This record gives sequence, structure tokens and C-alpha cells, in this order.
Amino acid sequence: MIAIDQLTSIAVPLDISNIDTDQIIPKQFLKRIERTGYGEFLFYDWRRIQEGPQAGEPDTSFVLNDPRYAGAKVLIAGKNFGCGSSREHAAWALTDFGFLVVIAPSFADIFFSNAGKNGMVLVRLPEADVELLTHRSTQNPAHKITINLTTQCVSDDQGYEATFAIDPFRKYCLLNGLDDIGLTLRHAAALDTFESQHNKAFWLQPRTGSVS
Amino acid sequence: MTTTHTPRTLFEKVWQQHLVAEPEGEPSLLYIDLHLVHEVTSPQAFDGLRLAGRKLRRPDRTVATVDHNVPTTSIADRLNIVDQTSSRQVAALRNNCAEFGIEFFDVQSPQQGIVHIIGPELGLTKPGMTIVCGDSHTSTHGAFGSLAFGIGTSEVEHVMATQTLPQGKAKTFRINIEGELPAGVTAKDIVLHIIGEIGTAGATGYVVEYAGSAIRALSMEGRMTICNMSIEGGARAGMIAPDATTFAYLQGRKFSPTGAAWDEAVAHWSELKSDEGAKFDRELNIAAADITPTVSWGTSPGMVTGVKSTVPLPDPTASEADRKNFERALEYMGLEAGTPIEDIKIDTVFLGSCTNGRIEDLRAAAQVIRGYHVATNIRAMVVPGSQAVKAQAESEGLDEIFKTAGFDWREPGCSMCLAMNPDILQPGERCASTSNRNFEGRQGRGGRTHLVSPQMAAAAAVTGHFTDIRTWKFKEAK
Ligand code: SF4
Repeated sequence: MIAIDQLTSIAVPLDISNIDTDQIIPKQFLKRIERTGYGEFLFYDWRRIQEGPQAGEPDTSFVLNDPRYAGAKVLIAGKNFGCGSSREHAAWALTDFGFLVVIAPSFADIFFSNAGKNGMVLVRLPEADVELLTHRSTQNPAHKITINLTTQCVSDDQGYEATFAIDPFRKYCLLNGLDDIGLTLRHAAALDTFESQHNKAFWLQPRTGSVS
Repeated sequence: MTTTHTPRTLFEKVWQQHLVAEPEGEPSLLYIDLHLVHEVTSPQAFDGLRLAGRKLRRPDRTVATVDHNVPTTSIADRLNIVDQTSSRQVAALRNNCAEFGIEFFDVQSPQQGIVHIIGPELGLTKPGMTIVCGDSHTSTHGAFGSLAFGIGTSEVEHVMATQTLPQGKAKTFRINIEGELPAGVTAKDIVLHIIGEIGTAGATGYVVEYAGSAIRALSMEGRMTICNMSIEGGARAGMIAPDATTFAYLQGRKFSPTGAAWDEAVAHWSELKSDEGAKFDRELNIAAADITPTVSWGTSPGMVTGVKSTVPLPDPTASEADRKNFERALEYMGLEAGTPIEDIKIDTVFLGSCTNGRIEDLRAAAQVIRGYHVATNIRAMVVPGSQAVKAQAESEGLDEIFKTAGFDWREPGCSMCLAMNPDILQPGERCASTSNRNFEGRQGRGGRTHLVSPQMAAAAAVTGHFTDIRTWKFKEAK
């Protein structure tokens, strides 16, 4: 997992609410058994013309296909980003494409935790601030945004500045690129003790009937 | 001195019973009783275990099946999947289960089915458990009073390695549905109505407990339908306190306790309810009488309305983002504001999924279509949620009713709920679906999904457009 502290980048404005994980990475790519290589499928359907003789060709009106935004590490989106399916492929596709930060008014729960596990920084800002940044990046693709995780500060090259909230533990893990399983294994002794007691609660065991 | 216990919610009770550690300033470590595994979200987790040289901690608390990818056409097609990426993914799960010692219900197993249908059906799902699966509709199992939620693949790996998950504690939200449900109104309508009320992010950060007399009166199938769609309202988990209905459903299931152990289990499970006076972070009351047969018109499960209503008009007070969203949804759906719902013609009907692919759903739909035939040019299919549902339906002759009416009768799986297998909508094709998500492209690129109850889907199949089930003329069996 990559550890991020500070990052300055141009940003892709995607002014849509309720962007669900089906849009971020459509189901046909969930059949792969690898963990990498999902970036080229990010927003697959939105990046292509849907109907007519040119169906399947890149849709140049879609912001992600606009070369002026190439290399952006920040995505700005509408509220409830990442709702729907639990597919972690959504986080893999975003990071593989190069996005390390998403700024939005709110995020869906499962996506929020998947993103954290993949080192992404999710920045929650008031709707009006998100609109402002969206506007600036739409007007001027060279508009640069800076995110500093240590100081929990977002700023841009036009004088915008705000702080954002982040759970201290999540911040600590992101800054240090920590692996969750490793962290949990610090509690191995407590786990063993708990488990030997808990095993006695047969009514909470999956298989208490026929031993087949 | 008298000690008073603070009244606790159902969620609180299950939570506390599974706390392994509460490290200062960190998420709590929660023990997981049951881990359900399927082909789509597990291969990378198994790889992770192998790479780190870690073992699966509790094979006895892990169960796997294939559902998302499998063709539903025939046994032969299932054993020999033409799509090579699908085939490889199914094979990967088969091999991983063999390597890690996990019980696996393969395509031809009589226990195979959609993971959220087989858990309860086999009695693996039990009240008071913590249950996870790499699938957001794991919330289904909360209908038994378990704490069940969907997780990502990194978390799947974490549970495999440690049988625990670090979890921040959710807030609690009780939704009370009081009164008697009007005829023709189902559990599906309740949950669509709730999502319409609270919005798709209305319960983000909460665990929802569904309560009230209308919920108590529901069968387990109905309760599962409601908990299933908790995630569509933003909640990671939904719960319903177990009661006599729950115990009657569980008794005699393959993995349920028997004899004295059964009685002891029921005694423990009976404790699982929110205490009188327990405090919830949020509460909402809905009168059952206000709920009508509900149809989604847009591209998010919160975009719903009553069957007698119309596609809504734009709201002049909405924010710019909401207004854009509204317009985008109408354009995608090919609908005009103000169109009566009953005037919307459909091309396809899909009956199935972990929301409405259970025996009771099939019975209800069969009752509607008995003596009728699907309208001309309508493609209609029934995909039972599991092998057991399919066998039960066939033993009751439901398959014959469906086939006579012109429905396709399929093998169990997720099928057109997410169209990862060959069951897919064409661009512009309009579908009345009993599934749970109407996102753009969910059932196929350009496909237009309307979420409804099984009864409403069946009626639409017959008339070719949405039709109020409350005025349906049921035909008796001959
Ligand atoms: S039936 Fe649909 S929602 Fe349910 S598990 Fe399968 S794909 Fe997911």
C-alpha cells in the first residue's frame, strides 16, 4: 500500500451524484481473478459512445477522455460517491487509473472502507465547496488542488483553503501504509482467549445440526 | 443497592457479544461467526493469503458457493461455461476451496444457490450471529436478528486470516412500520417505500432495525426482502428481532440444532430484541396503510413512486446537482415527466435474485399468472434463487404454471440481477425486475430497469405494462 502525505495535482470534475460502483467498474470486469489492471476499465460505459454507428468508440465529450485532464490524481464528484455493490474493484480501478484522492460531499460506507484499504484519501467537503472546486476545474483544467494529509488541509492555486475531517486511526494507517491483518495480529492472544470462550456458544455456530 | 441495566438495542447486544478487543483510538475488533464466499470477490483474497503464507483460520465457519457468474440455461451450460473468464473464476473458487478446506456448493450441488438464499435455507444463518460476505446484500441475513454486512475483498482476506474485522461502531436507526399492510402490498413495496422516504444515502453510517406490527406480521421471506435492500438506503446492515416466525423457519433445517440443543438455542435467541426504552440515534415511523404497490422510475432505488402515480415532475426547489441527476435519470430511462406509471410498456420481466427469488415470491407470482399468458413480444423469465427453491417450486407444480404462461424456467443463480452471465438486457430494453438495483447498465448496457414486487412483475408480464395488482382478477386453479 502506498503511503501518501502531500499531493498536488490537477483534478477531474465529475459533477454527478450517487455515482455507484457499477458505473465505476462495470460487472464484466469483475470476472477477472487478478488484482491489478482495472484502470483501463474505469467508467468503461461512460467513456464510450453508447448508441449509433459509432457505438463503442471513445466519447470525447466525457471528461475522463479529455486529454487536458490526463494524469490527474484527484477526482471531484457529487454526493454519495461509491454507493451500491461492495466490489473493491472500484477502488482498484480508481487507483490503477491514477486517482489517489476523491473529493465529494459524502461517500457510501463500504466504498469508504475499501478505498482506505487501498491507500486512497477520501476528502469530505461541504457541498458548496465541492461545487466551487468542480467549477474551477471545469473552467480551467490546469486548476491545481493540494491535499495535505498531515495537516488535513485542502487548498488550490486560487486561494481556496479548508480543512477536512478524517478518523485519526485511518489517518495513521494511511500515513504509514499499514496492513490491516498485521495490525489485527497484535491482538492474537486476546483473539485466542475470546475464541475459545465463544466456541462454546453453539447457537452462534454455523453448523450445529447434522455433521455431514 | 439496586443496579439498573441500561436498556440495549438488538444491535448493541450482538455487537457486545462479538467484541474481541477495543484498542484505544482504533476501531474495535469484531469476531465473525459465519463467512460466506462466492466466486467474484474472493480470488484476490485467496491470492493474498497464499502470498503472505497465511492459513484460513476457521474453515468450519466458512462456506462457499457459485452464483454470480453461472449460466442459468441448462446443467450442461453450467458445467461447461463458454465465457472463459467466467469459467476461470468459477474454477478458481473450486480450486481455492479444495486447497483451503472450505465446504463448497458447486453448480451441480443440490445446495447451490444465491449465497444469501442458501445461508438461511440451510440453517447456516442464525439469530445473534455476525455474518459477512464479499457482497453488499449480505444485509439479507439480518432478517434473523444477526448482524450481517457486506465487505470488500481486502476484508474478505482479513476474515479468512483472522476470523475478525476491525469495525467502527455504527449508529442505530429504528424504522417502525405500524398497522396492517393493504392487500396487494408486499415486503418489497415496504422497502422501496422506505428508500423513497429516506433516500439512497439516508441510512449511511447506521444499522437499521425494522420493527412494528407490519414487520412482525411478515414471513421470513418478506423480512429477508426488506433487510436485503437496507444497502439501497445506505445502511450496511438491517436487522429484525427474531421471534416465533424466525424459530419456526429455522427448525429442522440442515444445520440447525436439534433436540435439547434446539431448546437451549431458542432460549438464547429469544433474548435478542431491543429492550424497552433502548435509545436509537434515529427513529422513523411509517404507517403501513400509506404504502402502495411501488415502482421505480429512475436510475437509483430512491426514485420510486406508487403504481397509480406518474413519473414525477422536476422539483423547482431541488439543488442543481439533484436537478441534473433527475434529468439524467429520465433521459437514460427514456421517460417523460408526468407519464402515468401504468402507461409504461415493458419488454422483459425478470423474476428472481436474492431480493425476491424465494419460494414465497414464486408462489405469489404464480398465483397472478395462473390462467393467463404473457403479452405478445414480452420476454419473461423465472430464475429460482436456489436449487432448493427450484425443487420445491417444481414439487408444487409452479414451474408448469410459469411455463404454460410463457415464462422461461431457469437454473438458479444471480442471472439478470447483475447480468454477469449471459442473461442480459439489450440497450433500450425495458424490464420489470424483482431485483434490487436499477443503476444505469445494471442489467445490461443501456438496459432500463424498473424495480417491483414479484406480483407486480407477474401482472406486468401479462398486460405488457405496469398494472395495479390491487385490482387484479385472480383465476382459480382448475
Ligand atoms: S442476486 Fe443480485 S444482488 Fe443478490 S447477490 Fe446476486 S447479484 Fe448480488
